Amino acid sequence: MAGLQYIRNIAATCSTVFEGMAVTFSHLVRKPVTVQYPDRTALRVQDTLPFRYRGILDVDLEICTGCLACERACPIDCIVIDGKKDKDAGGIVMTRFDIDMAKCMYCGLCSEPCPTGAIHHTPEFEGADYSLESLIRRFIDEPVLAYKPKKGIEVSADIAPLLERGMCYIDDFAVGVAPAPKPKPEAAAVVEPKPE
Amino acid sequence: MQGYLDSLIAAGWFSALPVQVVYAGGMLLAGAVVLFVFILLVAGFTTFVERRIWARIHSRVGPNRVGPQGVLQWLADGLKLFMKEDLIPAAADRKLFRMAPYVVLMGFVATFAVIPFSSRLVIAEMDIGLLFVLTVTSLVVVGILMAGWASNNKWSLIGGIRGAAQIVSYEIPAGLSILPVVLLAGTLNMQELIRQQGWAPWDWTLFANPFAFVAFFLFFTAALAEGNRTPFDLPEAETELVAGFVTEYSGVRYLMFFLVEWGNLYVIGALVTTMFLGGWNIPPVTDSVFLQTLLEFLTFFFKAYFWVFVAIWIRGTLPRVRVDQLMSVCWKYLVPIAFVNAIATALWIIAFPHGNRVVAFVMTGIGAALVALFFSRVAFHLRRSRVRARNQFTLSPFA
Repeated sequence: MAGLQYIRNIAATCSTVFEGMAVTFSHLVRKPVTVQYPDRTALRVQDTLPFRYRGILDVDLEICTGCLACERACPIDCIVIDGKKDKDAGGIVMTRFDIDMAKCMYCGLCSEPCPTGAIHHTPEFEGADYSLESLIRRFIDEPVLAYKPKKGIEVSADIAPLLERGMCYIDDFAVGVAPAPKPKPEAAAVVEPKPE
Repeated sequence: MQGYLDSLIAAGWFSALPVQVVYAGGMLLAGAVVLFVFILLVAGFTTFVERRIWARIHSRVGPNRVGPQGVLQWLADGLKLFMKEDLIPAAADRKLFRMAPYVVLMGFVATFAVIPFSSRLVIAEMDIGLLFVLTVTSLVVVGILMAGWASNNKWSLIGGIRGAAQIVSYEIPAGLSILPVVLLAGTLNMQELIRQQGWAPWDWTLFANPFAFVAFFLFFTAALAEGNRTPFDLPEAETELVAGFVTEYSGVRYLMFFLVEWGNLYVIGALVTTMFLGGWNIPPVTDSVFLQTLLEFLTFFFKAYFWVFVAIWIRGTLPRVRVDQLMSVCWKYLVPIAFVNAIATALWIIAFPHGNRVVAFVMTGIGAALVALFFSRVAFHLRRSRVRARNQFTLSPFA
């Protein structure tokens, strides 16, 4: 009985090693699945991400109303906005709009209450830098007049596309379906490494 | 090699020196050339080949940034290790700690004294060649034990002890599985072993009789264990012992241990090629001595390197065995089988004192059938995971 088991053990060792070697050999003739980020992808990885990907924050100052909703919504106070009403200028004049990306936790709570979609996440995620200072994104150099929503349809050719994009960003919270101003992730999912 | 020196002496060179000094100098020079030109290149390049093959087995790409397709990766790694500080732990036994890598390296490099490169290229054609290889490789055990002990570290010590136990144990099946070959050839001389075989597979010792065929697998398994290769890499066992006996080493000394590890693969391949696979034998195609030597060298090199590839491939396939499994494989399976094998070979020689060509042809056929069966299994696995249908099939090694 023990002798039979001995022979069986030898047979099992030989056959399993044989079979295992066949499995791994079959992998030698398969293409690797590696995506060689960052420099050997067919598309930039940023371009393959979904529209609503929560990357680094960006602000379209042209359509920012200066309402401070984002500043109030931020749970960790990484957004700082200075601005005050100026009768002569005819609205709110903003002198400062800083976002500290070192503190930001990419929760997206700031972009939800924004009435125009001015503050939004971008698919950009490569935020590495050499100092904490340089991670603070300052959007205002000189005082600017905040955007005033108009009744009816926006007519300015500069602002209309920004506003449309911003509204898409906002609407998505309600509808839950992203519009497609960017390439869909399905289209970009097949990222072939470039041949050398 | 000796013949060349003799001709130089006869021509009146070195007339001021005693013959022994000339021989010793010639050996040293040849050894240095082999070490720096051949061993360093082969061992270094093997690290790159190993990483690329592993990567493909894992469906990865592997190192491909340093030089075209990453072929200079091994050079970059080597240079990095050369730049590193050579640390010696405060509690280590400094003398032994410093010496250990050299002892290991010595045990490994000495084997190249008898390993042939072609019918003419060999440093020393010793009549006890095979025995010499078995003997000097035992020096590696001493080095590993020294490294493990001198590091004064529990991981190193366990690694060293494991290494010693393993290598000493596996020397027995390795020696016993060499026995059938030696019995068939009647010599321990590496060159003579090769000369007795032919270029055709049915002239190889591997297919001479069923017992040599079994001895081949026994020897290859035992040799892997002696070279501390997966599935028998317990002395290093990253997951259990950090790095085993090399835990405390850094810089050049660390490099030496790994030079030996990868160089040993080639030694294993060369031994297997010499004993079982016809060595440098080529069909008579050319009269030119240079061309013949070159072809013989390439034949031997690629035969040996194929087994390096197999060892790498095994490392990508099989999991590490436990210590008790390691010992049970050795003492319960390899040693008894090798004993039976050796006795059966002796009986075979009594039955067929001049060999049996019919059996050789049949064994060659069985070998070819095994290879065919293997590739049919590979094809089965490719079909099962629909590799072609999903456009994942490639034969390019650089895909």
